[in-house]
Amino acid sequence: MGAGMPDVDAEPRAATVPLLEVEEVNKTFPGVRALSDMRLELRAGEVLALVGENGAGKSTLMKLLSGIYTADSGFFRFNGEPLAITGPKRATELGISIIHQEFNLVPHLTVAQNIFIGREPRRLRVLLDERRLVADAHALIDRLHLPLDPNAVVGALTVASQQMVEIAKALSYDPKVLIMDEPTAALNDIEVETLHELIRRFVRPDTGVIYISHRMEEIRRIAGRVTVIRDGEYVDTVDVGATSTGEIISMMVGRTLADSTGPQDVRGDRDTVLEVVGLRTKPARDTTQLKDVSFDLRAGEILGFAGLMGAGRTETARAIVGADPTDGGTILLHGRPIRIGHPADAVRHGIGYLSEDRKRYGLLLDSDVKANVTLGALRDKFSALGFINDRGARLKADECVGALKIKTPSVDQTAKFLSGGNQQKVVIAKWLVRDCDILIFDEPTRGIDVGAKEEIYGLLNELAEQGKSIIMISSELPEVLRMSHRVVVMSEGRVTGILTAAEATQESIMHYATLRPDENVEDAMELGLDPAETGAEEAQ
Amino acid sequence: MTAVKTRETVAGGFLTVAKGRLQQLLAFASLIVIYVFFSVASPYFFTYGNFTAILFSTVVIGTLAIGTTFVIITGGIDLSIGTGMALCAVMSGVFIVKLDLPIAVGIVGTILFGGLMGLVNGINIAVLRIPPFIATLAMMLVAEGLALVLSNSAPIYFSDDPAYTKISTGNLIAGVKFPNAVVVLIVVAIIAGVLLTKTLLGRYTYSIGSNEEATALSGIDVRKWKIGIYAFAGLFIGLAGIMISARLGSAQPATGMGYELQAIAAVVIGGTSLSGGKGSIVGTLIGALIISTLNNGLQIMSIPQEWQNVILGCVILVAVYTDILRKKEA
Repeated sequence: MGAGMPDVDAEPRAATVPLLEVEEVNKTFPGVRALSDMRLELRAGEVLALVGENGAGKSTLMKLLSGIYTADSGFFRFNGEPLAITGPKRATELGISIIHQEFNLVPHLTVAQNIFIGREPRRLRVLLDERRLVADAHALIDRLHLPLDPNAVVGALTVASQQMVEIAKALSYDPKVLIMDEPTAALNDIEVETLHELIRRFVRPDTGVIYISHRMEEIRRIAGRVTVIRDGEYVDTVDVGATSTGEIISMMVGRTLADSTGPQDVRGDRDTVLEVVGLRTKPARDTTQLKDVSFDLRAGEILGFAGLMGAGRTETARAIVGADPTDGGTILLHGRPIRIGHPADAVRHGIGYLSEDRKRYGLLLDSDVKANVTLGALRDKFSALGFINDRGARLKADECVGALKIKTPSVDQTAKFLSGGNQQKVVIAKWLVRDCDILIFDEPTRGIDVGAKEEIYGLLNELAEQGKSIIMISSELPEVLRMSHRVVVMSEGRVTGILTAAEATQESIMHYATLRPDENVEDAMELGLDPAETGAEEAQ
Repeated sequence: MTAVKTRETVAGGFLTVAKGRLQQLLAFASLIVIYVFFSVASPYFFTYGNFTAILFSTVVIGTLAIGTTFVIITGGIDLSIGTGMALCAVMSGVFIVKLDLPIAVGIVGTILFGGLMGLVNGINIAVLRIPPFIATLAMMLVAEGLALVLSNSAPIYFSDDPAYTKISTGNLIAGVKFPNAVVVLIVVAIIAGVLLTKTLLGRYTYSIGSNEEATALSGIDVRKWKIGIYAFAGLFIGLAGIMISARLGSAQPATGMGYELQAIAAVVIGGTSLSGGKGSIVGTLIGALIISTLNNGLQIMSIPQEWQNVILGCVILVAVYTDILRKKEA
């Protein structure tokens, strides 16, 4: 460890010979041409962004570089030398480390055990040397300036910390090339900055980073150049500084996108549909305890929910729909208090929850589109005496596929074969079929490519126009600002501010998101005020 | 989405459909291969009498396996079906012989008793959140003990009720040698197949096994349905209890142990995934037939019982391994 880090006499070569070259690479799967004449050039000392819509071929290219797939034809060169990647282990040995979007961590093991998994230091060949393991992990973590405890159990860490463990693991191999696939998908803005800091420290005259991301602002901040691919083909590589975001997106999607501005009508005159007062939950492991959540939702409104990771936004949604137990608080629907003890109750009241984790909480991946779309309404609308009305279900599913422009060969297609954006549309369709008037979207565009994002936004606006009320939890501030009529900001299990579209800016949201509510509460207690009201006052 | 992606999904969809069919075809093909093998290997195997004998010996395992297919598709397991069946057999004796109730009442009572056992399993699993393996392991022991207690550890003979044994060994059409038990199995399989594919019960069985959380969040009362599914599967334990006591002409309190594993083996050979979400009644029937054909053929070839189990164990490994290979390709 620590051996090959700064290698000073690498610069003359680095200036001329690219660190990593991909040339004329082809890869075909049965019936599909995944990559055709793909090119890529990573220069030493740079961060190269790689962008493309889902299905453009990014993952295939990654898997070729990490040795999971082998190319049909083409060349790979590393520092000018031909490169033969025969398997994942070989790629690591050659100095190419990849951090996949989905973590490869063992939740029950500690940070140190995860970092050195498969290379555990041993005594007498068979006994694990736990002390050295921890010491090695300590040294690595210190060198990378990461705020991690080597003895912490990974499963108990936040997503951001788990991401750091992945990074520490990747960097422990002292790679020359670091490839990161959507490293910030689950991070908030502050955590993203920490990650970028780490990347900047990693980049030396003899190393380089390939940074795959959908988030344009991030790419502008971290990358020097950006390579755009589309439909398995190379489009262009441009300097980030000399190209506008709009131009990059146009290259990705092959068309220009409408400019994005926040909503004009603030829905101030509309009726209140849902009112949540003083919602609390019991303390629990791995989730944020809700201490006091109060807000109201109007008809036809998109109510954005902003906050840092762990602020309690998802917990709020789950508590409202009865997925997790509450410990006090009132939910009023059209002014009348309702009791929700189970998601079935919420659905009966017309409240639907679309989880941030579609695959885990939203879809039946092995079932077809039709079964997914009609799942929630099967009993009330598509069955009689317990028998399923398959024709009715098929007609409805077909209608949804048309209305939501779900790209699928038929409603019999298995859900797992759809792209992320289309899977999300299937989940949305499920709730529309169920006639829900209140829809809670948790990170509706996570892991969805730019083009499909626009469609989801259009769909949300359309639903709001139809009078449906939408709660949109999002960690992407531009998304919150663009979509929301009002923004609820949470911090540490409390609502710290409610902003109108006019008041909401990146700065104002971050201000409330970083408020320490505990301090406010103590102040309020001293003054003999109900802490629930202080949050509301601050919001107005 | 782009042109390339669309082609990819179309091709992917086509391949999956083809593979789904292939899976059942493969199990059926193995059954044929086994059947042909024994037909060639022994002159006594390929006869109408032996054909119905194989079907006849499939009835008890098949009935248990069909019920437990529902449970396994939800991602659960039921270990109590074997001794539960023995307890239900004893109950049929208690109802019909000891209480001297009409046979029809005894049959309905026994089937409902099986449902009650399933209901208790379901409540333990869905409400008390005891893992299915443990909950049904406990029920397995409870049923084993109760069967002995209620029968005073002695068989109950249906000597005064010859009509009862006709349920199993009689022929529906006089003169045609086709045992009633096989007719019962076929009817039950058709009903189960329809319920699994055409009704809410079946759809939610798959949904829960495929993604329990997503199903609950879709507004389906998963707890209620799970209890219902275990109770429903319990009805098959009751029916199996009747089929075995009618076949033997007596309720044997100590015969149940081991049947649960044979039934689970049939389900697994039939392509139902123990992790839930996938499976079919046709597959389970083929699995049960493979087991009884093997037992029958090996017996005819005078291969000792001990070796029959060794071979059956290997068949299970091969069946599940080919399933894993298929999934890897897909």
